Amino acid sequence: MRPDSEAELAEMVRTAQEPLWIMGGGTRRLGQMAQGHILETGGMSGIVLHEPGALTLVARAGTPLALIEAELAQAGQRLAFEPSKMARLQGRSGETTIGGIVAANASGPGRIQGGACRDSLIGVRFVDGQGYVIKSGGRVMKNVTGYDLVKLMAGSHGTLGVLTEVSFKLLPKSEASATLRLDGLADAEAIAALSRALGSPFEVNGAAHLPGVGTFLRLEGFAKSVAYRSAQLRMLLGGDVMTDGAEALWADIRDVAPFWEQAGDVWRISTKPSEAATLGARLGAEAVFYDWGGGLIWARMAPGTDVRARMGSVVGYATLIRASAGFEGTFGHFAPEPAPVAALSAGLRAKFDPKSVLNPGLMG
Amino acid sequence: MEMPLPEPEILARRSFILDRLAAVLPKDGLIADAAQTRAYECDALTSYRCAPMAVVLPRSTAEVAAVLRICHEEGVPVVPRGSGTSLAGGALPTADSVVVGVSRMTAVLETDYPNRFIRVQTGRTNLSVTAEIENQGFFYAPDPSSQLACAIAGNIAMNSGGAHCLKYGVTTNNLLGVTLVQMDGTVMEIGGPYMDAAGLDLLGVLCGSEGQLGVVTEATLRILPKPEGARPMLIGFDSNEVAGACVSDIIRAGIVPVAIEFMDRPCIVACEDFAHAGYPDCEALLIIEVEGSPDEIDAQLEMIAQIAKTHHPVELRESRSAEESRKIWLGRKSAFGAMGNINDYICLDGTIPVSSLPEVLRRIGELSATYGLDVANVFHAGDGNMHPLILFNANLPGDLDKAEALGADIMRLCVEVGGCLTGEHGVGVEKRDLMGVQFNPQDLEAQMQVKDVFDPKWLLNPAKVFPLQASASRRAAIA
Ligand SMILES: Cc1cc2nc3c(=O)[nH]c(=O)nc-3n(C[C@H](O)[C@H](O)[C@H](O)COP(=O)(O)OP(=O)(O)OC[C@H]3O[C@@H](n4cnc5c(N)ncnc54)[C@H](O)[C@@H]3O)c2cc1C
Repeated sequence: MRPDSEAELAEMVRTAQEPLWIMGGGTRRLGQMAQGHILETGGMSGIVLHEPGALTLVARAGTPLALIEAELAQAGQRLAFEPSKMARLQGRSGETTIGGIVAANASGPGRIQGGACRDSLIGVRFVDGQGYVIKSGGRVMKNVTGYDLVKLMAGSHGTLGVLTEVSFKLLPKSEASATLRLDGLADAEAIAALSRALGSPFEVNGAAHLPGVGTFLRLEGFAKSVAYRSAQLRMLLGGDVMTDGAEALWADIRDVAPFWEQAGDVWRISTKPSEAATLGARLGAEAVFYDWGGGLIWARMAPGTDVRARMGSVVGYATLIRASAGFEGTFGHFAPEPAPVAALSAGLRAKFDPKSVLNPGLMG
Repeated sequence: MEMPLPEPEILARRSFILDRLAAVLPKDGLIADAAQTRAYECDALTSYRCAPMAVVLPRSTAEVAAVLRICHEEGVPVVPRGSGTSLAGGALPTADSVVVGVSRMTAVLETDYPNRFIRVQTGRTNLSVTAEIENQGFFYAPDPSSQLACAIAGNIAMNSGGAHCLKYGVTTNNLLGVTLVQMDGTVMEIGGPYMDAAGLDLLGVLCGSEGQLGVVTEATLRILPKPEGARPMLIGFDSNEVAGACVSDIIRAGIVPVAIEFMDRPCIVACEDFAHAGYPDCEALLIIEVEGSPDEIDAQLEMIAQIAKTHHPVELRESRSAEESRKIWLGRKSAFGAMGNINDYICLDGTIPVSSLPEVLRRIGELSATYGLDVANVFHAGDGNMHPLILFNANLPGDLDKAEALGADIMRLCVEVGGCLTGEHGVGVEKRDLMGVQFNPQDLEAQMQVKDVFDPKWLLNPAKVFPLQASASRRAAIA
């Protein structure tokens, strides 16, 4: 199924008797599709509004991310949360859509300073599980009118509604960027260094540690300011400013390139940076790396390893992003929530999708 | 303002209910005496008042839970309250309600600099959160002008913003987790000291839900390192249009100042008379603040000055000292006081697309003339969050009604140009009946479904946010 308009989509959902598996580019889909139909959003594509002087963009949900990035680049603007592309990690061929990004609340290294996808998102339109068209938010940066369903839709993985239109606030593209590289640090030292940098006034907007490769800090802004701040950070932490390869490095971290074409399950763990190194060691992973100053751990595990059990009492949340062949149903992609929270989530799904036709069972 | 009638059946059981509450609270935790409950009859929207049946002032999450459990069993409405500075009547009680105030819950529970968060009880005031971490070089970013008084509880419920949110975002962008007590007394943790856990973003929908989904008793807040320094620049123009165009050009040039404040002539004049800040005599005035090291600040202000000069400002004043910075901000910061000094006022806060600024200001001028009431505009121009102050005389019969009608027209105008009714103060009772201007019945139904899930009996903070007709069937079904 591939609706060309919101109205057509609404009719499809209204009359649906069987599950609909919602698919943007299919690059980051989680979970198994059982019986039912694939519902592609690609027919609802295109930029609806780009107002550079107001730093706002409105696009239909099926719009390819690449198209949006090209449009923004032309105006010297960007999405602050550095959306990631998951096709290579998942071994898929589709093209990332903006709706898929929102549905997964997918954010890259810039999240540490610029906020997550949900923080840039200022409006949505969607079709709920009964086929009603609903809007929340709008196209202005500050809006507290009514409950914030915008946030609720971000990261709901299509279980509350099918997104049809999304609005963002934008940032200007930086004039300059510098990446400081520190070598030879053990994981705990590296993360401590990242924390010091993030606790400094020098506006770090990328902070990652790749064990065995290096520890990286990114600064962006006007050229003079970047030069000043990187000099200050070097005085604080040592290290050298990279002369080339920095842009590719951050793209690799964003898109989890270290795990491309590498066998194993891939997990994404949100935690406190100060616990990250201990946790990274305790996982017994094939490989790990750290983004968001240590607050995000990417781990590649032997197939079927129960990461949640290995985390024990460490504060945090583990999501299974890629299950190895043969282990697809072993663990839920989403960590079980404490009972009262799970009850609220289930209650919301029952209200927004009473027929249980939108990606049923994916989130719980 | 229509409010639901108090349930006679609840009032009839008053003393029984109060006894039950008293049994789970310390001696000074329950206020039922009419002379004392009157202190809670309104928030900063003082035109509407109604004393509650009782006020409870718990000291812990457990006490809040015990109170809510009783109110749930007895079917008594609950109005959560922080410091009572809402400008939208968000904390306005009904006569059959129990106000649950968190003002005694002010403890700092945990500060963690390496992980950059602080955990507090939500009765703590906004400013005292920053005060707690300042000497370590950190701050809590959202800074409503009411920050000396308002509580984190109210900030979360209203998703409050501040002068610096162009760069740092509003409350929802700085909130990591909460302890929530549901109406039936269930206590749960949502989120925590980490970023972007998967699962539905319940934290996102709680923030800004105006006390209608649960009582928030503890919060984990993101803290940030303080910038090395900050300095403002003042630019005067001879028309609103030109000032608006200048804002747009600054943004297009890739500069994101921490604040861009805009004042129009009526506001400039009133502030000048009140505060003597030495503002120029002009039609529109921008105060733009940038942050960084001294050199970074110089460089940014230089770029802004370059852009401003292409718009032929009548005045361009760059601060050279702390004293000059203070003077530049003085008038702006006393704007509300200045207005309060000469008049009663209603403060609106609709947001508009920045590009519509000149048109909206012109049409507000026309509306103001039609109604015969002055409107002064002071607002966050970078993000289009207007703050029209409608001046009226509360002692003049009919003047408040007229001011409210003008306010409604201004809010309709904000929506018409692609904006919204409220950018940071919330809907409360004040804008409740205008929700239909921005949302269709289906949009509102979706929002009310969220409330159905969190508060199935619709007992929390009655008669706020949704037009009474829209929620009538739900309230009737439960009563
Ligand atoms: C002079 C002045 C300037 C202001 N400037 C700004 C500004 O710059 N930016 C801005 O955004 N706002 C501003 N405000 C509005 C107001 O200060 C904010 O809305 C503030 O966040 C309210 O906090 P409070 O603690 O006083 O909340 P209250 O007024 O007590 O309550 C506000 C809402 O929160 C709910 N609530 C309170 N406590 C809880 C709880 N524990 N759990 C769940 N819900 C709860 C209440 O039911 C109510 O709906 C200003 C107000 C004044 C008077």
